[in-house]
Amino acid sequence: MKEKKSFLERPAVQSILAAIVCIILGLLIGFLVLLAINPSGAGTGILAIIKNFLNYPSAPAQMKYLGNTLVKTAPLLMCALSINFCYKTGLFNIGAAGQFVVGSGACLFAALKLGLPWFVCLLFAILIGGVWGFAVGLLKAYANVNEVISGIMLNWIGLYLVNMLLSTVKESTSPYTMQVASTNKGALMPTLGLHTLFSNNKYVTIAVPLAIIVAIVIWIVLAKTKFGYEIQATGFNKEAARYAGMNEKRNIILTLVIGGALAGAGAAFLYLSGYEQWSVTQSSVPSMGFNGIAATFLGGLNPIGTIFSSFFIQHITSGGSYLDKSIYPSQIADLITSIIIYLCGFVLFFKLTLTKGLNKRKEKKS
Amino acid sequence: MLHITKLFPGIVANDDITLQLKRGEIHALLGENGAGKSTLMSVLFGLYQAEEGEIRKDGRPVKIMNPNDANDLGIGMVHQHFKLVQCFTVLENIILGVETTSGGFLQKDEARKKVMALSDKYGLSVDPDAKIEDITVGMQQRTEILKMLYRDNEILIFDEPTAVLTPQEIEELMVIMKNLAKEGKSILFISHKLNEIMEVADRCSVLRRGKYIGTVDIKDTNEQDLSRMMVGRDVKLVVDKAPAKPGKPILEVRGMTVASKAHGNNAVKNVSFTVREGEIVCIAGIDGNGQTEFVYGLTGLEPLVSGSIKLCGQDITKASIRERSKLLSHIPEDRHKHGLVLDYSLEFNMVLQRYYDPKFLNGGMFLNRKAIREYSDKLIDEFDVRSGEGSVTIARSMSGGNQQKAIIAREIDKEHQLLVAVQPVRGLDVGAIEFIHKSLIEERDKGKAVLLVSLELEEVMNVSDRILVMYEGELVGELDPKTTSTEELGLYMAGAKREEVRA
Repeated sequence: MKEKKSFLERPAVQSILAAIVCIILGLLIGFLVLLAINPSGAGTGILAIIKNFLNYPSAPAQMKYLGNTLVKTAPLLMCALSINFCYKTGLFNIGAAGQFVVGSGACLFAALKLGLPWFVCLLFAILIGGVWGFAVGLLKAYANVNEVISGIMLNWIGLYLVNMLLSTVKESTSPYTMQVASTNKGALMPTLGLHTLFSNNKYVTIAVPLAIIVAIVIWIVLAKTKFGYEIQATGFNKEAARYAGMNEKRNIILTLVIGGALAGAGAAFLYLSGYEQWSVTQSSVPSMGFNGIAATFLGGLNPIGTIFSSFFIQHITSGGSYLDKSIYPSQIADLITSIIIYLCGFVLFFKLTLTKGLNKRKEKKS
Repeated sequence: MLHITKLFPGIVANDDITLQLKRGEIHALLGENGAGKSTLMSVLFGLYQAEEGEIRKDGRPVKIMNPNDANDLGIGMVHQHFKLVQCFTVLENIILGVETTSGGFLQKDEARKKVMALSDKYGLSVDPDAKIEDITVGMQQRTEILKMLYRDNEILIFDEPTAVLTPQEIEELMVIMKNLAKEGKSILFISHKLNEIMEVADRCSVLRRGKYIGTVDIKDTNEQDLSRMMVGRDVKLVVDKAPAKPGKPILEVRGMTVASKAHGNNAVKNVSFTVREGEIVCIAGIDGNGQTEFVYGLTGLEPLVSGSIKLCGQDITKASIRERSKLLSHIPEDRHKHGLVLDYSLEFNMVLQRYYDPKFLNGGMFLNRKAIREYSDKLIDEFDVRSGEGSVTIARSMSGGNQQKAIIAREIDKEHQLLVAVQPVRGLDVGAIEFIHKSLIEERDKGKAVLLVSLELEEVMNVSDRILVMYEGELVGELDPKTTSTEELGLYMAGAKREEVRA
């Protein structure tokens, strides 16, 4: 009875194909929108987005800006992993955005106000992110509150708490927090010489390889461990998990704590690189956590695939800034990248269509 | 239906099957689990399209693309699980989807007349104004039959209609079916139960592993021949077993009371009994009399309101499910809800109760895939679990019978002193039933205690050493299968007779 699956029937191949279809469609629609707004610059515009750091002619400059993209890929990857991990237990952790926010607040406060070294700041971010996840998990496990609802509410609670908290460490002349580099050098994550690979881009720290290592660890936990077996069983069928004597409440909470910790660590990976400052007047939840959703789906819900999809999404997001501002208003860049990211979320849909198509063809053949 | 062939990935579900149904006959369709009965009926009902073959009605080829087409052709089906709206009345359920309206308002009076006329004509007594949730299963089934008749269906498919009925209700159904046939309706009767087929059917077609084996006239055949046709070998219809040699008590239940989720009352009321090693005790009763809640309470899925449970001398009244599972194996009633993680592979399901066993772990943390695969292959082999791709098959894609076999393999092979088997043969064919009953008796003979919860009279009478009847959450009778009759058991199950049961 055992039948060898054809190349196209393998799940991994299908995920990758579906991702590629999404990317192409996203770019196509992005191009059409550019065309509709102003036909003259559409071709160069979409190319500028796709090229991102390759827009620079010299190799050192390219490497430098590739470094910038990587700096932001690391936190995106962490948020994506947070969502991916929770999704495997049947939980949609839209609260990753808020866990990222409180992680930012925690690490910046620890760095700027308390003057602590980077690893302690990182730990703060992980802990507070975990606490935020714990709140969602507790509500879900014991009061059956939908994790999407509590997650979104906590996103906003987190945002304004962090704005309040970080107002104590902001620059006197701007709404931004003080620079980590000038306030507390010890809070910057070490580069271990990585920056030399990227034309001395000092923002490239060990956060980048760390994020990739975390992705691999998450993959191992999910695919190879007893814990992964348990939480996925809980995700697929809570009742059967209970029947098998698993503590499904504990598993739900633990998963969200880990998810929160991942997103919190992601925030530290960004802010402890010194690349960005937090604006205490911002009134919308940073998009990092939400882009993580797209990255997770584009990555086929696989931690390893998520490494590549996160890079791609950050690549497009960064590429948006190279759109010719004299032809297109600056919001267009965001719009185009959003469209592409949005389409990336359809990867499961395309995968399903692909499978159906294959089955039909097979039926016809036989 | 002529030369119907239906393919699924890796499996030929129906291989060149021809089935001819005459007007006014009751035609039984018999076959093992996964023999393709359901697939064939789904093709007839328009749920699947066949790759080859054609369907003809009254000699004309017809295309049935969906259940609506089937309905237009006068084909109706009573599903095994009724498709009724619980909070609607009988009448509302019957007219649902084909309501006669005038200016957007329901014209119930006309419908009521038609329903009552049908009800009189075929002896289908129902109360048209009772709500479905308040009436018996038998009356619900009659409602389903009336639904078909109301739509003027001429071909009626009954999918295992007797599974949920009491013996008395089964008798009534048999009479109804004969009446329907007499009035010119054609009936396709899917069943595993040979005695019912013998009693009611005119002809019987047998399928085996997707192939058409043959059609026989019932008057020229007997149960043994039918079962041989179905399974392909001789099957013992009655299990051989030596008398039980009960030893020391394994399970002691005292005053167990469990709350109901459906209503404010307790579902299980003050139940006390003992199961000893080396005996099979059966809890018999009609579905919905507290058996489900009783098992939940016993296995730890629901807390007790009061009472105590002792297992092998230890008080497990408050023990966790995991702690209980060290001594207790549980074949759950609902294999999809509790028994399996459907999206996991078969091998992962095989270790669902013992994945944490050091045997299946490397370094206490990592799954030992090799050990899991070997173990799963061993169980698949021993228990003859059939699937498309062996250990890596996703459980969801397996047939119900084989899913059940996988669960039984897992639970029997696991370390235990007490085996709780809840309707272990539900929806299985005689071959598999024989195997499972033999396994239960083997367990008993090994000195294990077996608690069987069953709705099927034949199973209760055949397998158990002692019968406890549960009615409305209470134990109302203790019977000895050797001295009691099916009729008497039926009376206890229906609540018509009761006695005090002491532990």
